[in-house]
Amino acid sequence: MRHAKKRLIVASVLAASLVASLAGCASAGTGTDGKNGELTLWTHNGGNTEELAAVQAVVDKYNASQDKTTVKVQAFPQSSYNDSVVAAAASGKLPCIVDIDGPNVPNWAWAKYLTPLDLSVDLDENLPSTLGKWNGDTYSVGYYDVALALFARTSVLEKAGIRVATIDEPWTKDEFDAALKALKADGTWDKPLDLGTADVGEWYPYAYSPLLQSFGGDLINRDDMQSADGALNGKKALEWAEWMQSLVTDGYVAPKSGADAALDLENNVSAIMLGGSWAAGKLSTALGDDLSVLPLPDLGEGVKIGGGSWQWGVTSGCADPEAAMDYLSFSLSPENIADVAKATATIPATDAAAALVPGFEEGGDLALFREFSKQFAELRPETPAYPFISSEFTKATQDILNGGDPQATLDKAVKAIDGNIKSNGGYTQK
Amino acid sequence: MTTLERSARADARTATRAAKATRPARTPRQPLSRSGKKEQRTGWAMLAPAVILLGLFILIPAVLAFVLAFTNARLISPYPATFVGLDNFARLFTDPTFFRALLNVAYFAVIVVPVQAGVALVLALLINKQVRGTTFFRTVYFLPVVTSMVVVSLLWLFMYRQDGLINVLIDRVTFGLVQGPDWLNDPSTSMPAIILMSVWQGVGFHMVIWLSGLQTIPADLYEAADLDGAAGWQRFRYITWPGLSATRSLILVTITIQALSLFTQISVMTQGGPLDSTTTVVYEAVQSGFVQQETGYASAISLVFFVLVLLISFVQRFLTREKN
Repeated sequence: MRHAKKRLIVASVLAASLVASLAGCASAGTGTDGKNGELTLWTHNGGNTEELAAVQAVVDKYNASQDKTTVKVQAFPQSSYNDSVVAAAASGKLPCIVDIDGPNVPNWAWAKYLTPLDLSVDLDENLPSTLGKWNGDTYSVGYYDVALALFARTSVLEKAGIRVATIDEPWTKDEFDAALKALKADGTWDKPLDLGTADVGEWYPYAYSPLLQSFGGDLINRDDMQSADGALNGKKALEWAEWMQSLVTDGYVAPKSGADAALDLENNVSAIMLGGSWAAGKLSTALGDDLSVLPLPDLGEGVKIGGGSWQWGVTSGCADPEAAMDYLSFSLSPENIADVAKATATIPATDAAAALVPGFEEGGDLALFREFSKQFAELRPETPAYPFISSEFTKATQDILNGGDPQATLDKAVKAIDGNIKSNGGYTQK
Repeated sequence: MTTLERSARADARTATRAAKATRPARTPRQPLSRSGKKEQRTGWAMLAPAVILLGLFILIPAVLAFVLAFTNARLISPYPATFVGLDNFARLFTDPTFFRALLNVAYFAVIVVPVQAGVALVLALLINKQVRGTTFFRTVYFLPVVTSMVVVSLLWLFMYRQDGLINVLIDRVTFGLVQGPDWLNDPSTSMPAIILMSVWQGVGFHMVIWLSGLQTIPADLYEAADLDGAAGWQRFRYITWPGLSATRSLILVTITIQALSLFTQISVMTQGGPLDSTTTVVYEAVQSGFVQQETGYASAISLVFFVLVLLISFVQRFLTREKN
């Protein structure tokens, strides 16, 4: 009996101290990665086997090339990657090297997660949209970018009497509206245009804010990034919102599309699809020569597409930033960039790398996307307020597609964005 | 029938008296004997794991939320949080989305509490009979409860689609006369759709609680009722219903709190849309705190929510108190 009690007490005390020590761990510790010649690299592509393997291959090559530093890869699923970084930053446990979605770079730089890059390679060679800049410093660099395009069957366009748009002569707004009308009248497709509206998340600002910019509006006034008033709720933005809503009310677009836009185009459920360059490979296998890749329509102020994909940065808590910079410089060789771009079906960041990837050479069937990126790409606003703007824009666009009053919806988003910027002291560096 | 009620009460009274008698008389000033002290230490040691865990994961976060609600704390920021007084609350009470969330939650609770409790009681009465196969039905009704809410939500997400199972059924049953709506994408049907699914998922749990209440009602009361010639409805009205009074208040309070903290279904199925028709207070708090990184504002929402739940629980306690 007495023994049983003692054992119980010992067990309870052990359990209690275990819990207490766990709690202690969470709050202790400052940036410790990078000591003893070991660096850790975090990446978002835990669910993407091809990209992860390509990154791992670059790391293996680096580890074999010298014996001072060993880099270790840790992969996370994309959906929980940002949360993991924020949690690690809060407890001072960030690794030396992280990857970052382009538009989030200013936010993380402002929060002092990242340190400005100091590399031995010339970053001027890179597509501008593969560099993450804020306050005059470059904080991140990517191996690749992606581009937006419209995908359709050439035979379908010809049958409906629609001109196949080209990079020099994209569709005007009137042409685009007329094309949708003709396709709808054909009756083959319930919703002829697939904008991928089911993909809630970063897709909304990535895909739809360029349409807003093509109308002449924007997410925020870019001159000082202090207010969205006039940019997101002005006359041009209202025209955009009313046009987006009319796409739904006219029956051209579903307010919630199917889960896989590329599959729907393949199965002839939709006639035109707005999609990323990453869908090109699969679609060209499925449709062959019949596939047309078209630029987005010019809705008034020229064609715009989103720019900025996943990029690499070095954290400010890293114990050995030189080693981290050395790894990044090594990884940016044309061969490495080309290998990653090949594995991910994305646009290589430099001309030298592009020459090594089949399809991206002059006149290759993927070269078009690189041209789109060069000519039309507009970065999402480079401000630490971006994650907030992104969530407000997504919500507002959803409400507009679902029939909310355009002006009231935009005004509400502007009020929230301005309030957020103000409550953060304008997101300036003190 | 009042004789029956009275006898039930008398039973209860003797029971409490008996309980009081067995409890040792406490004399606090008298120093504890050695074995008493030891017993006390054992008691504390046994309590420790639960107390520490509760403190760590419930009490400390609650206190933190209370403090953070008056600051501009952010999830990501290079600057420490500063005290901003009632700013967060001023913003909250001028935010139309927050009031919409309150309204949605009220709508949800007002429907779900009586419907879920009622259906659960009917199910419990049905399977309380000693006939073959009750275990089977008990298991079937309880299955949705042990299934994760995320899984249930995903399944119903497919069933609610324009061309999903439910609309196909409606189409078949009415021979194509009625076409079902796009349940979750129509502001007028999204909340009812969520309500139906939530009741289906949660009803089994409360059925089991009702069942445990039913089984505490002494069988001799029913025998007495039989002798008095009471039948179906009278047996329920004068024996079952009064016998369930304690269970009733438990069920009322638990369903209400559960309904007010509606979140998982919304997060998986509608993300608060379309047009805020399904957004809830907890969903807004999570959205502000994690997606929009405004920890201070999210804490303010949680604090208001906490006060509301507390008030409603007090009112319910008051209404269901035992009248003497």
